[in-house]
Amino acid sequence: MHSHSKGFFTGLKCRECGRLYPAEATHVCEFCFGPLEVDYDYATIKKAISREKIASRPKSMWRYKELLPIEGEPTVGAQVGFTPLVKADRLAKELGVRECYIKNDTVNYPTLSFKDRVVSVALSRAKELGFTTVACASTGNLANSVAANAASAGLKSYVLIPADLEQGKVLGSLVFGTNVVGIHGAYDQVNRLCSEIAGKYGWAFVNVNIRPYYAEGSKSIGYEIAEQLGWKLPDNIVVPMASGSLLTKIHKAITEMKKVGLMKTTKCRIHGAQATGCAPISHAFKNGSDILKPVASPKTIAKSLAIGTPADGYYAIQSIRETGASCEDATDVEIIEGIQLLAGCEGIFAETAGGVTVACAKKLVANGTIAATESIVLCITGHGLKTQEAIAGHCGQPRLIHAKLSEFDEKIYHADFKK
Amino acid sequence: MPIKVRIPTPLRKITKDKEVVEVEKCATIGQIIESLEKRFPGIKERLCDEKGEVRRFINVYLNDEDIRFLKSQETGVKEGDEVSIVPAIAGG
Repeated sequence: MHSHSKGFFTGLKCRECGRLYPAEATHVCEFCFGPLEVDYDYATIKKAISREKIASRPKSMWRYKELLPIEGEPTVGAQVGFTPLVKADRLAKELGVRECYIKNDTVNYPTLSFKDRVVSVALSRAKELGFTTVACASTGNLANSVAANAASAGLKSYVLIPADLEQGKVLGSLVFGTNVVGIHGAYDQVNRLCSEIAGKYGWAFVNVNIRPYYAEGSKSIGYEIAEQLGWKLPDNIVVPMASGSLLTKIHKAITEMKKVGLMKTTKCRIHGAQATGCAPISHAFKNGSDILKPVASPKTIAKSLAIGTPADGYYAIQSIRETGASCEDATDVEIIEGIQLLAGCEGIFAETAGGVTVACAKKLVANGTIAATESIVLCITGHGLKTQEAIAGHCGQPRLIHAKLSEFDEKIYHADFKK
Repeated sequence: MPIKVRIPTPLRKITKDKEVVEVEKCATIGQIIESLEKRFPGIKERLCDEKGEVRRFINVYLNDEDIRFLKSQETGVKEGDEVSIVPAIAGG
């Protein structure tokens, strides 16, 4: 029995020039500075994987383990993923499409965002490579996930974040006993600092020197969507974009499923969603360009998407064009409306990035990019309890009364029903 | 007065550990790259792809402005300008 995936990935490969590197903690091509990606032996995977084998395994993202880059069994985050794909009929009606589904990563385990997927791969791989201290540059969700997963794995951790993040995201890291370092500056400055620290102290920075492995974890959303639809693809998927990595990896997942014989088609348009206050990818796409103009000072309530120089922006645009899809961006007001629309229709409380996705999907339907006859999956990647400040004051206030029936009758029932 | 070119750490093996290199008699960014190649053979293929375009993950700044938003390699330079070569930072 092939109980682990050693042999399914062969090393790292530069996405730009194709130079090969051993499967170590490295992420940039020494020659051309392009990003390194995990290189798989798809012929071997094709022989090892099948729909039946996947169906026989536990309901976590590790049921697709042949396509994830660790050598042994996962040692961190074995329960992550396989979040619900919710058929959202009420939202479909509001958006004006035939069929709508929510890929609900607001309930991903253990920290309520899709980042648990990438961290599970990153920390499992970091342990295989012998690291004992892990770290990340984060806009919040990643910090929460690194902190929690490192705690349960007994790893020392440092999370570096912009100093002005939402309280829920700061506390949601501190509680796990990690070392939270707030940086005076935007995410891009945090990231720049982390790239200097990563080389210096020999730490496993999940999204710097471990990035090739880490990023692969996002593919699991793509596999899950297909499997949960009965091994079918929707006409459209809408994905929020910060660095652009999630979108490119969902696209990669779809092409891989065909390569290894799990699917016959790759036909599915993958649309990108950004916040208008930080939309370098969306703006480049709309201008017909693939050169991204960095956003020096992002201004949006969707802080988790506020990356001014998206590392995978170019590749995200390629994926969007290749699949015949499009890009949209949403203002702060539209983001709040998006959060409320999803909550009111489906009972799902998404963070600001989810509001961006819903708002952009609405625009894509309204402008005819997505036809009323089509199906659509929205990737909702993080829980709303983490970004409460963003909607505080926009959802009304509770009505306060004393514990007296007469007061309830008068102030609540009569006010609501006798008018 | 010559033009200063800032060299990033990974390319300093080629420039014999020089962090700043000065070039003269160059009218464009393209000419600066050719001038660097003459003095430090091998540096051009690190900066430019087979078509001669600046590689996607290399940023060249003229006085803090990315040359992609100017005239790329045709961007004019004058004495006293400062050019920085900065590899893109992966992450996020």
